[in-house]
Amino acid sequence: MIKVNNLAKAFGTKRAVDGVSFSVERGEVLGFLGPNGAGKSTTMRMITGFIPPTEGTVTVGGFDIVENPIQAKRLIGYLPENAPAYTDMTVYGFLNFTAEIRGLRGDARKKAVNRAVEMCFLESVLHQSVETLSKGYRHRTCFAQSIIHDPDVLVLDEPTDGLDPNQKHEVRGLIRRMGEKKAIIFSTHILEEVDAACSRAIIIDRGKIVANGTPSQLRQKSEWAGAVTLRVSGINAVALNQKLTQLSTVKRTSILKEDATSVTARVFPRVEVNGSLASSIADAAKGWRIEELHTEEGRLDEVFRSITMPDTPEAAK
Amino acid sequence: MNAWSNIKTITKRELAAYFSSPLAYVFIVIFLLLCGFFTFMVGGFFERGEASLVRPFFDWHPWFYLFLVPAVGMRLWAEERRVGTLELLLTMPITAWQAIVGKFLASWLFLALALALTFPVWITVNVLGSPDNGVIFCGYVGSWLMAGAYLAISCITSAMTRTQVVSFIISVVVCLFFILAGFPPVINLLENWAKPGLVDLIASFSVITHFEAFQKGVLDSRDVIFFLSLIGFSLFTTSVILRTHRAG
Repeated sequence: MIKVNNLAKAFGTKRAVDGVSFSVERGEVLGFLGPNGAGKSTTMRMITGFIPPTEGTVTVGGFDIVENPIQAKRLIGYLPENAPAYTDMTVYGFLNFTAEIRGLRGDARKKAVNRAVEMCFLESVLHQSVETLSKGYRHRTCFAQSIIHDPDVLVLDEPTDGLDPNQKHEVRGLIRRMGEKKAIIFSTHILEEVDAACSRAIIIDRGKIVANGTPSQLRQKSEWAGAVTLRVSGINAVALNQKLTQLSTVKRTSILKEDATSVTARVFPRVEVNGSLASSIADAAKGWRIEELHTEEGRLDEVFRSITMPDTPEAAK
Repeated sequence: MNAWSNIKTITKRELAAYFSSPLAYVFIVIFLLLCGFFTFMVGGFFERGEASLVRPFFDWHPWFYLFLVPAVGMRLWAEERRVGTLELLLTMPITAWQAIVGKFLASWLFLALALALTFPVWITVNVLGSPDNGVIFCGYVGSWLMAGAYLAISCITSAMTRTQVVSFIISVVVCLFFILAGFPPVINLLENWAKPGLVDLIASFSVITHFEAFQKGVLDSRDVIFFLSLIGFSLFTTSVILRTHRAG
């Protein structure tokens, strides 16, 4: 549904987005990750046709956003960053206006507004002016606006920003459910949302895509992936370290904590062999007792940090 | 057809926005008070003893509009940019032109309403004497066109900034130029050191010069075209400014 090809945007000499290419098909939820100022919002603004690209093309449902903006925009629902809405209108008036400008009239419009109100839980504030709404409600009002015409493509810029944990949970659920039938792109810097809602994630840094894959593929990039964390008793840290490094499956170990009764250590594998590291450690346990042992899956936040902060020791290696 | 329904939707929203705040009512009241005061007190409506609205009523309009129209137009784009709804509006399946025309029409209709509410002045002059109503109608048309020209200029300045006050000040200055270029004292001053051809050229840019004909009851196509082309050009400039902003 969405095809982004070699997209670039220059503001003066600064290239905010620099050669980004990806595509999103129906039934996919693409998480767009990146540090602040990485070019997430700029990319989304180009996809939705708000700002023209310096280079490259965007097509939505086969329509080029520059050549055929009207047809392309009809397919898109867009929640801009900070969820703007006309403050002088009531929630109902605002949704009616957006439905009308989307070409919905009469009964179709009424139905669309009611559906969006129901999905975003806005009944209680329907006749309140947008100005008086709390941030969460205002956010949901703007979200309702983006789904009012039941679009095939949804572009959501930080849809959970400013929501309380319950609302975040609701919105993620909503995105996941809608993602079954639509093509969705949403940006976030909350990594747990990637697991909760995305079928695929892209990490963008300084205008370039630095990682692209399913959440579990991304997690594999972590150097923690396949590492084993264990807590043992009956041995001191130095001896444990020595014993473990003798094993052929172990690359290195690091002692996380040592106290009177137990030692906690993390063991990194030499090759990507998950199960055998744990079992070889278990086999080696003689004279000391394993109290806890589990294999790490790899953590997204650690992947995110190592990719987007080239000065950290992890990335320097 | 589709374009018109989009424009209508936007116009409707903008008009509603005016009346959702007390600002619109305050504006109308101030405008009507000014009209009444200047017509009957300063303009010497009764002392003249003639059944006409030309001097006592319409003569003041270029000056009222100088402050009132930029106040009406200043929020059009500045507010959209400040709140961020511009991003919403321009990612809807409408063209920038439809948005620009829709917003302009809403404000222009609002000004038409304010102007129409001066009808008691018209009733008064009809009760007291028998004026040429054709001339008065012509004056109203000219006044409305002139307001439209000011408004279109305010559209430009509003699109240039996200602060309404800045927009207001700039458009007052620009509109002042369009008045002064044909204001008799200024024209007299210019005649002292400029060639007559040049003075005429400058004066031909003034709204006063063109409004004058309407006041006399002359509906000259050149004057109508002047105002309409000023509006058209200003709205075009607005679209260029909006596009440049988005292009970064």
